[in-house]
Amino acid sequence: MVKFIGLRLLQGAIVLLAIYAVTFFLVAMTPGSPFSSERAIRPEILAQIEAFYGYDKPALERFWLSLVNMLQGEFGPSAVYANRSVTDIIGEAFPVSLQLGGMALVIALLLGIPAGIIAAVKRNTWLDYLPMSLAMAGICLPSFVMGPMLALLFGIILRLLPVAGWFGPEYWILPAGTLGLVYAAYFARLTRGGMLEMLNQDWVRTARAKGVPERQIIFKHCLKGGLIPAITFLGPALAGIISGSFVVETIFQVPGLGQWFVRGALNRDDFLILGLTLLFAALIVVMNLLVDIAQVALNPRLKHG
Amino acid sequence: MMISNATRIVRLALSTMFCSLLLACGGPTEADQAAQDGILLVGNGSEPKGLDPHLVTGVPESSLLRALMEGLVAPDADDDLAPAPGVAESWESNDDFTVWTFNLRDTQWTNGDPVLASDFVYSWQRILSPALGAEYAEMLYVIRNADDFHQGRTENFSQVGVRAIDDRTLEVTLEGPTPHFLGMLMHTSFLPVNPRAVEEHGGMTDRQSGWSTRENYVGNGPFQLKEWVTNQVIEVERNPAYWDAATVQLNGIRFYPIDNVGTEEAMFRDGRLHLTNTVSPDKIPSFQSEMPDRLRIEPYLGSYFYRINTTRPPFDDVRVRRALALAIDKQLLVDRVTQGGQTPATGFTPSGIDGYPASDAVQFDVAEAQRLLAEAGYPGGQGFPNAEILINTNEGHRKIAQALQAMWQSTLGINVGIYNQEWKVYLDSQSNLDYDISRAGWIGDYVHPTSFLDIFTSGNGNNDTGWANPQYDALIGRARVAQSEDERMDLLQQAEAILLEEMPIVPIYWYTRVYLKDPRVQGWEPKLLDNHPYKHVSLRVD
Amino acid sequence: MADLASKLPLSPAPITPEQLEQGSSLWSDAWARLRKNKLALGSLFMFILIGLFCVVGPWLSPYDSQAQNLFAGAEGPSADHWFGTDTLGRDLMVRVMEGGRISLLVGLVATSVSLLIGVVYGATAGYIGGKVDAGMMRFVDLLYALPFTIFVILLMVAFGRSLWLMFVAIGCVEWLTMARIVRAGVIDLKKQEFVEAAVSLGLSNRRIILRHLIPNVLGPVIVIATLTVPAVMLLEAFLSFLGLGVQPPNASWGVLINEGQQNMEIFAWLLIFPAFFFALTLFCLNFLGDGLRDALDPKSAGD
Repeated sequence: MVKFIGLRLLQGAIVLLAIYAVTFFLVAMTPGSPFSSERAIRPEILAQIEAFYGYDKPALERFWLSLVNMLQGEFGPSAVYANRSVTDIIGEAFPVSLQLGGMALVIALLLGIPAGIIAAVKRNTWLDYLPMSLAMAGICLPSFVMGPMLALLFGIILRLLPVAGWFGPEYWILPAGTLGLVYAAYFARLTRGGMLEMLNQDWVRTARAKGVPERQIIFKHCLKGGLIPAITFLGPALAGIISGSFVVETIFQVPGLGQWFVRGALNRDDFLILGLTLLFAALIVVMNLLVDIAQVALNPRLKHG
Repeated sequence: MMISNATRIVRLALSTMFCSLLLACGGPTEADQAAQDGILLVGNGSEPKGLDPHLVTGVPESSLLRALMEGLVAPDADDDLAPAPGVAESWESNDDFTVWTFNLRDTQWTNGDPVLASDFVYSWQRILSPALGAEYAEMLYVIRNADDFHQGRTENFSQVGVRAIDDRTLEVTLEGPTPHFLGMLMHTSFLPVNPRAVEEHGGMTDRQSGWSTRENYVGNGPFQLKEWVTNQVIEVERNPAYWDAATVQLNGIRFYPIDNVGTEEAMFRDGRLHLTNTVSPDKIPSFQSEMPDRLRIEPYLGSYFYRINTTRPPFDDVRVRRALALAIDKQLLVDRVTQGGQTPATGFTPSGIDGYPASDAVQFDVAEAQRLLAEAGYPGGQGFPNAEILINTNEGHRKIAQALQAMWQSTLGINVGIYNQEWKVYLDSQSNLDYDISRAGWIGDYVHPTSFLDIFTSGNGNNDTGWANPQYDALIGRARVAQSEDERMDLLQQAEAILLEEMPIVPIYWYTRVYLKDPRVQGWEPKLLDNHPYKHVSLRVD
Repeated sequence: MADLASKLPLSPAPITPEQLEQGSSLWSDAWARLRKNKLALGSLFMFILIGLFCVVGPWLSPYDSQAQNLFAGAEGPSADHWFGTDTLGRDLMVRVMEGGRISLLVGLVATSVSLLIGVVYGATAGYIGGKVDAGMMRFVDLLYALPFTIFVILLMVAFGRSLWLMFVAIGCVEWLTMARIVRAGVIDLKKQEFVEAAVSLGLSNRRIILRHLIPNVLGPVIVIATLTVPAVMLLEAFLSFLGLGVQPPNASWGVLINEGQQNMEIFAWLLIFPAFFFALTLFCLNFLGDGLRDALDPKSAGD
């Protein structure tokens, strides 16, 4: 197991390095510059600004310098936001996204997994169609429609919850709910699929014939295996969900990472883009590793080769 | 039994909900509470890129700086032309407005340092230092030899026309007669910074100097920085050391950086804001009927126009450019599309500047437009090459472009496409003349036509149309040294007439500021530059 | 994600030609199973109706989707305009139809691109195996770890002007899952004894490929393709929210929904109609995908 984890971590490090290189050159090739300004800047002044951020050097040299800095844990300054380093920005926004994402994930699991189990057990009946249809609504309506609708209903019409901001528990409900609904749908579908697979196995039929109670079959024997697809999805979902959601953060004015992903890319804030990309990739690598471990724990049949 | 149980549960649930509704509706909103506490809640556009007056360029930043900093003069509560005293308690100029002397009052920075005349010398040297790379340094070119220092022709700042005669007297020598210099002084680029703070955190020319962070900020304005949570809120509180603290009525202001206009509107309606930054154009009519006491529509010194790339055929033909400008029904556009009470632009410089009546040269004239286009060789639009309107990504720009696209199609028979680019890419395309027609907007830096007309001189970095006209340049140059304001305005009008004859731009409308305001906000008067001084603002308590 | 292949049980029982030929009835079996799934069947039917509405509709409509009437801006549904008009006075019904054409086209184009890359890449990796396979799949892992938002926005900024380039770009990003599934399928097939058995039993290559190889890989591929179309349509809607979607005067459903969302209280119809068709289409495609999955691969209904 230790060897397995070590090997995966080594692979992860190589993936991160490769991603850093890919992103760096992708950004370097994209048109526009972080220093494009609405007011014309004299070329000699622009040259001063570029020199300040090291843009006077050729791309390869910049890549090498930034790589060395990054290995020392120094992600550089934001090229757009004065006095803020990429580390500052991520340090401020990441805990918020972590919190929002964590709550959304709990909501998603609490809604999605039971819905998926019921749907699988009552396959092709209304108890299958109804929860699956509801779950599907979370996928079928873009969150930029769902979000404002929930804000309108609970905030402005019912006056139960604040419509935007991130100042206390009552502010957390709408954004976490909106984000959670989207993921609940995915979990519901995956759980349904996983449960069906288990319920269709021969030994289930045998167990039923022997008169084992249905409840016991479902919860004691099938649930563990049936959750595997959902848990497999948990890795990418977690990475996606805690790296923030631009739409939900914009609509509910949540100061998380998602806004920075989009703003960084649109502002051409190069160092920020690199830092965020690396953070995201690291999350994916770690989450996938954790998921693999969890899978092995749930299903000893799986051997890693 | 079962049924009655269920009914009871439902009834209980309903009554709980109803009670909580009552509570929610009946209780004071955040805006109510804040009004009690004397805290103004402001929607402030987007997250500020910084609070260093010499490095910021945006509207959200200058709004914050009006609370945190004060220059020699400050904006007046409602007069657009006559500034109010700021750090300077009085001033005088020589007869031809080339040498100005400011008498500074006894006031201090939030770190306890006195505000000295030498602080202004230091600050202006800082913004003009080439190594700082300040985007707005050219605003200071009005000062004698400022351009030489900024462009590196001299490294000796004492050659630049600013001098501290003593601790409380500042003398400024200008390049030419500039009666509107006081108006320019209100711009953020002229604001002072505290030399000690700047030197302690990286020095004069460090772009990333840490003096303007939340922990280290030193200001001299009516308010001081209290809290700054990224993407969340910036809170300022009353500055007790401010010289005019007795006038300041608010205890503090919370600026919320809200990008999304729908979110901002929801917050206003939810009782969480006293002032919004903007309003979605499509909703203006419904606000007009539903909350007329809250919707504000005020003139704003800005011009919305399309640049035309005069280096590309067929737009190198002045007849084509004129045809494009004359063929659009601007009244219909502002009535039905932008809907914010904007004025159809009949010239470039907006109306509202004293002593400079706006031009009425560009009218809606379909027959003339069609005639010009035919004369240029495209009767009824036949044979007109493919052309495209470049816009930066924004719902409002997109809608206007679609309306103009349809108007040109129906009046001139020409088909133009629309394409959008992200802000930074759009800026590059525009300055590289990589476009046919490009949407643009220009907001005055100060209330004077030169703030608009200067940009179309040949070689000006903001011209971006490839248009150059020696006669125009000469008139602008003569206006710069004109001996009287009447003469200057006359020369500028002649210049604008040439601009509108040659038409490297299509004027569309003159801006208005449209926003929502809580009726309790007092002392917030219409300002052409939207530079409301917070020290005169108060909240009425009902 | 662990290899799917490792989850599938191998069948150790000896195979007779009759049993082998049962594989040929996979499609008819699947069809029989699909017919029992009323939801999936209804979804298929509904999807065809929506497709017809969007493709044929604009030719039957008296309105031009781009004809503005600024005096009839944003009016609710009426006898003249069944879905009402938008803020520039354009007939919303014909705009919804044409928006549907674009959205569906976008979904199909990007899915086709992802299908093409994914199948070729996955099959190559799975067929060659060994170090090449490992290397190719590590590359897929790498792309999985790229933050999608930043990547797509940068692509959009770079290629923003062309709708087609944009969706080729999205297709280039969406092929990863497809490649994994196909690879797993191919590896699985290589291991299956029935393929060797089929060869030894003297069945022709043509018969083996048509009746055994293709159906076995095609099943999961069709399922993933059905689920990729809605994913791409959602992505397009997200780009529209950022203002990076289809260029005016054309509009996709995503663009229309985003416009409608901004004014949902005063011009509700601007949101309701496009959102209804968008949601219904996604609904149908998702249920169809699930139904196909259940039908084609009843044993492994998981992802």
